[in-house]
Amino acid sequence: MIWFALQKLLGLVATLLVAAAITFIALDLLPGDTARFILGINATPESVEALREQLGLNAPALERFFTWLRGMFVGDFGMSYTQREPVAGLIAGRLGVTLPLTFFAMILSAGIGLPIGILAARKRGSAVDTGLMTLSQLGVAVPNFWFGMLLVLLFAVTLRWLPPGGFVPWGDNVFGALGSLILPSFALALPQAAILARVMRTALVDVQSSDYIRTARAKGLTMSEAVWRHGVRNAMLPVLTILGLQFAYLVAGTVIVENVFYLPGLGRLIFDAISARDLILVRSSVMILIVAVIGTMFLTELAYGWVDPRLRARRDE
Amino acid sequence: MTSPFDSIKSWFKHPSLRIGAIASLVFLLIGFVSVLWTPYPIETVSISNAMQDPSLAHWLGTDHLGRDMVSLVMKGTLTSFVVATIAVAIGAVIGIPLGLAAASWGGAGEWAILRVNDFLFAFPALIIAILITTLFGPSAINAMIAVGIFNIPVFARVARGGALSLKTLDYVAAARLSGMGPIEIARRHILPNIASLIIVQATIQLALGILAEASLSYVGLGTQPPATSLGLMLKDAQTYALLKPSLALIPGITIILIVIALNLAGDGLRDQLDPKLRRLGGARGVA
Repeated sequence: MIWFALQKLLGLVATLLVAAAITFIALDLLPGDTARFILGINATPESVEALREQLGLNAPALERFFTWLRGMFVGDFGMSYTQREPVAGLIAGRLGVTLPLTFFAMILSAGIGLPIGILAARKRGSAVDTGLMTLSQLGVAVPNFWFGMLLVLLFAVTLRWLPPGGFVPWGDNVFGALGSLILPSFALALPQAAILARVMRTALVDVQSSDYIRTARAKGLTMSEAVWRHGVRNAMLPVLTILGLQFAYLVAGTVIVENVFYLPGLGRLIFDAISARDLILVRSSVMILIVAVIGTMFLTELAYGWVDPRLRARRDE
Repeated sequence: MTSPFDSIKSWFKHPSLRIGAIASLVFLLIGFVSVLWTPYPIETVSISNAMQDPSLAHWLGTDHLGRDMVSLVMKGTLTSFVVATIAVAIGAVIGIPLGLAAASWGGAGEWAILRVNDFLFAFPALIIAILITTLFGPSAINAMIAVGIFNIPVFARVARGGALSLKTLDYVAAARLSGMGPIEIARRHILPNIASLIIVQATIQLALGILAEASLSYVGLGTQPPATSLGLMLKDAQTYALLKPSLALIPGITIILIVIALNLAGDGLRDQLDPKLRRLGGARGVA
């Protein structure tokens, strides 16, 4: 297991390095003169030169790349040019919205999706199964941000149970903050829950018809006992993969759904930075997204290896 | 004896395939018709006609700029299909050769391709779209490229998996013994046999592409006015949905219907082509 983890860790570091290099090339080298890009074509040569000096752009590219990497390790992401604040502080403040939202959505989607999938699998072929799977077919097709708009119309505008958008800071009122995350969490979670339910159902159905379950049944276990003792571990493999992928895509989905609810999260920060051409801010925010996604994939693979010993032995794939 | 015609006829006995395929084609047709004709031009703004309720003149009402909703949905459907289709094409054209090469080479080459694959897989289309948009500004083309790059590892994986399962078969070995090169084998023997797998995947990626285009355009990284797409309509509707919910409902429901149609067609096709493949690849979030 340690070898397996070390090997995966090496892969993680390599992947992150390549991702950082691509981000750096795209947002630092390709724009040509970053200072000119930020200031626009009407800037005077003097102000461009001053900004170049201020951003440290006169150093060689490779040196700037490693300065940026080293900075990120110690929590120094540079200064935002437009907001004149350290990027690290800006991002940290926004993560206070984006991270809890992602976690709530994940918990909700697993809490709704897995039981539905299990229920459908146990009642396979019945009207319950057909009904649930039809619903999930619908859920898979619903764009999460559009679902968010519907939730606002129904629960905020018509019923007035919850705020339509905006965010009460955690420091002001914890319940207010939680309240402003309820609708966004559901908007994110339900489409994901639909996918999860389908995967869970398929995995359990496969397990129920497998030879080892039949053997266990022949030895006198009831179906539930057999599935519980022998099946769950096997059924969890595809489910784990999807959970890991879902978390990664939830992070991206959060960035989009934040727009529906006017939440001051990482998404708004990125989109504002793009329109203000604040490349330093975009670069580091994108890197945070990438670390979240790739980090989750890494943890999923570790969990995979932990659940399935065969994978630890296999070198390839 | 079964003729190809019989097999197509038997396919259409499969209910979800029949419904999905017909509905998808209807939406595609609606999109194509909009190239030649829409009830009203969508470029003409007429504020005095803004936000009308459905009427005989405007079946689905008008938007906040007084544009006819039927015309907008028709044009938007076309844009969504075009973006998703080109994204699938990008993914297939680059991904399939990569997958076939990986299966055929093995060893270090395969390892390298798999690593690139894993790497691309870790990038949601959103992140790629952010990078491209920061550099070149927002456009529908960005959305195509971003979703297209996301599609590459998907097709590579399908092609490699299919090719690996065929590689050990006798007729491939026979072809190799008779001196056929790897490219020729891929073209003559592997590709035709994995075509069905690829078509199924393409249908599913098309559905995902429609959803991804909607997300990207909604946050302003995709299609830009005066063109329109179903996602862009939702972006506009955001501001006015409180006054007129139908502005958000109509494009949203159109997206859902198209995606369900494509998913049904994909699932049905998979069941028909190979019952063993009846697994849930399903749709998952792209953006």
